[in-house]
Amino acid sequence: MSDIVLTIDGKEVKAKAGMTVLQAAKQEGIHIPTLCHHEKLEAFGGCRLCMVEVEARGWTSYVVSCVYPVAKDIVVRTRSEKVDKIRKVLVEELMAHAPDAPELIKLAEEYGADRNRFERDASFCIVCGLCVRYCNEVKQKNAVGFIDNGARREISFIPEVAKKECWDCQECFTICPTSYAQAAYLLTEALAFPGQRKKIKAEKPLQPRSRVIPIMPAPVTT
Amino acid sequence: MPKLNSAAELEKYRAEILAKRDPAKPCIAVCAGAACDGMDSAAVAAAFVAEVAKSAGKLGDKIEIRTTGCHGYCEKGPNVVAGPNDVCYFEVQPTDVPEIIAATLKGEVVERLVYKDPNTGAKAVHMSEVPFYKHQTRLLIGDNPKIDPMKIDDYFAVGGYAALVKALTTMTPDQVLDEVKKANLRGRGGGGFPAGSKWETTKNAPEKTKYVIVNGHEGESAAFMDRAMLTGNPHKILEGLIIGAYAIGAQKGFMYTRHDMPLLEKHVRQALAQAKEYGLLGQNILGSGFDFECELHFDVGIFVSGESSALMRSIEGNAPEPRPKYIRTSVNGIWDKPSNLNNVETWANVPQIINKGADWFTSIGSEKSKGTKLISLSGNVVNSGIVEVPMGTPLRTLVFDIGGGVRDGKTLKAIHFGGAMGGSIPADLIDAPLDFDGMSKLGAPIGAGGLLLMDEDTDMIEVARYLMDFLVNESCGKCVPCREGMQQMLQILTRLTEGEGKKGDLELLEDLIEVTGVASLCALGKTSGDPLKSMFRYFKPEYESRIANTAAGSEAK
Repeated sequence: MSDIVLTIDGKEVKAKAGMTVLQAAKQEGIHIPTLCHHEKLEAFGGCRLCMVEVEARGWTSYVVSCVYPVAKDIVVRTRSEKVDKIRKVLVEELMAHAPDAPELIKLAEEYGADRNRFERDASFCIVCGLCVRYCNEVKQKNAVGFIDNGARREISFIPEVAKKECWDCQECFTICPTSYAQAAYLLTEALAFPGQRKKIKAEKPLQPRSRVIPIMPAPVTT
Repeated sequence: MPKLNSAAELEKYRAEILAKRDPAKPCIAVCAGAACDGMDSAAVAAAFVAEVAKSAGKLGDKIEIRTTGCHGYCEKGPNVVAGPNDVCYFEVQPTDVPEIIAATLKGEVVERLVYKDPNTGAKAVHMSEVPFYKHQTRLLIGDNPKIDPMKIDDYFAVGGYAALVKALTTMTPDQVLDEVKKANLRGRGGGGFPAGSKWETTKNAPEKTKYVIVNGHEGESAAFMDRAMLTGNPHKILEGLIIGAYAIGAQKGFMYTRHDMPLLEKHVRQALAQAKEYGLLGQNILGSGFDFECELHFDVGIFVSGESSALMRSIEGNAPEPRPKYIRTSVNGIWDKPSNLNNVETWANVPQIINKGADWFTSIGSEKSKGTKLISLSGNVVNSGIVEVPMGTPLRTLVFDIGGGVRDGKTLKAIHFGGAMGGSIPADLIDAPLDFDGMSKLGAPIGAGGLLLMDEDTDMIEVARYLMDFLVNESCGKCVPCREGMQQMLQILTRLTEGEGKKGDLELLEDLIEVTGVASLCALGKTSGDPLKSMFRYFKPEYESRIANTAAGSEAK
């Protein structure tokens, strides 16, 4: 299939049909921030941080680059006054929940976000859904899911499934941007099946863990 | 009843029904719409039936009792219309029944139950004289008093399925599509997008399997006309849907509607079953070779499940979350197949466009908005109810001539359109015409058609808070700007209403409106700031003075 030529940040870029703007940008080394994106998962379009400005046929619109497909002759701007403002406010909104999440701190510096702008509600989870979707799409275990809707939405481990599946996996801990997945799991374990990991460790001390290498390096606090 | 195998058989059957009916025979239509039902119209209907039964067959031949869908004048329910000359009785109680029957049989009128003008005391007896009905053009809802929604024969008797016959026997799918395009029928669900173009997109999509869907979710607050149409005249919507499916080339349809209305469910189920029995659904409809099935599907109880992509996820059996796709659902919808979704009222308009033609349809309405529009009138209005007027009708007609003005002699402060994603305009814009584009420009898009009147005592900040609270609870919570942005707006608005506003609150709200408006995934979030935007446009001093007062107060402390 022939290449599609588009412009990203003033640079002419070639991409394959079916690629997203995010993929095309990444391929060229152009960085677009994301929080809910993961290469192994279907695009979610939830965090909206990867929004970019797209000019097509004379129209300027704001789209999420993790979903928006590349198209001939579109002009993409990954930074603009408006794009930066969107990212700033989104980061500020998320910092009301997870003020110390390393990724958010980095983003706050980049976009001049004020971590105290909105009233705090330290739930620590930013509901990016990485754990939920990873468990569903990659591991196909569905040990963790979304519950409730709107501002009440949160993630929750399902004790019956978590008891069977999680002790040997825990891969979602490493992709969670705020460590909330780990906290939620440990709480579930403590309430529903206390001491399970210790017991298993004692029973199978030499068993090597069939653990996949973390997909994304655990964020480092600066 | 055997299946109708051809257009000729249908017309023969219709002729038989009409031959059996005497247009001069008195008929009592008792409204069983949601509002009248709430005022126990069922007891009134039962009293009529009992009164006829008591006569031991003597009355059975002379008078007919019919339980119907919503007549429209909800304020004055239970509504009873006595035929053949449409005498309107309001606030009827079971004890009034013998008197009404006796008077109707004699061709007389029960004077004490007819409409009295609250100011002049002048009486209005017939439907055509009652002010609430007089100023309306009831093309869609006008049939409601003539139809028992459980009986397909009643729909045949008012000319039902004639448009389907015409489309299937005398028109090609392309001709049907052209007619709808020429009629410039615009989507009644809120967007006002031309239905014909939408149909064409689905029709031209390469996939062979295509779907058509009736969006009867009607989650918009203060909107209650779609359920009145679907409950009161389900066949009209079904007929529109079948015609649309024929034009588009869809093999299957879905009626997506409310899970919380038992009467609606009963009527739609019956309509689908009867349509199937008569051969209006299924294989080879009326011998035309066209096959079409329709399935009933219920919402999952949150507002966002009425959003097109969330609705389609819901039909697939998934959680009703909007899909982040930049390909339209008309090309890539249910199970990734082209799916054409239209609102109840949009589909209901289709049969008359086919029957009477696009030229007739475009003769009604304003320059860019054609046909009539159903409006739910509520709030501080004298006559709440469901109203149908031509597009372009001045709001003054809606509010004063039909609505009877503001309740309790108060002054009008604002008119709100479009529910939680709409907007409020001040009373001095009352002469604006009801028009998709015009109202959008003013900042109060018609939306689905919920019109809310607010009197002088209305606290506009509380209105904004209330609407935001609704949306926060109805959001799915998938995307950050909608989930977090609306929650923050709600917190600020709550503080303002509690007298704890701070300097900078309005600027903060403006930032949130902007970002939530651009960055949200679906229309729920994108338009969540619209009521607030309209308030900043027209009622900003109210917000400023509230903050100034509290700021001054807190400094004094």
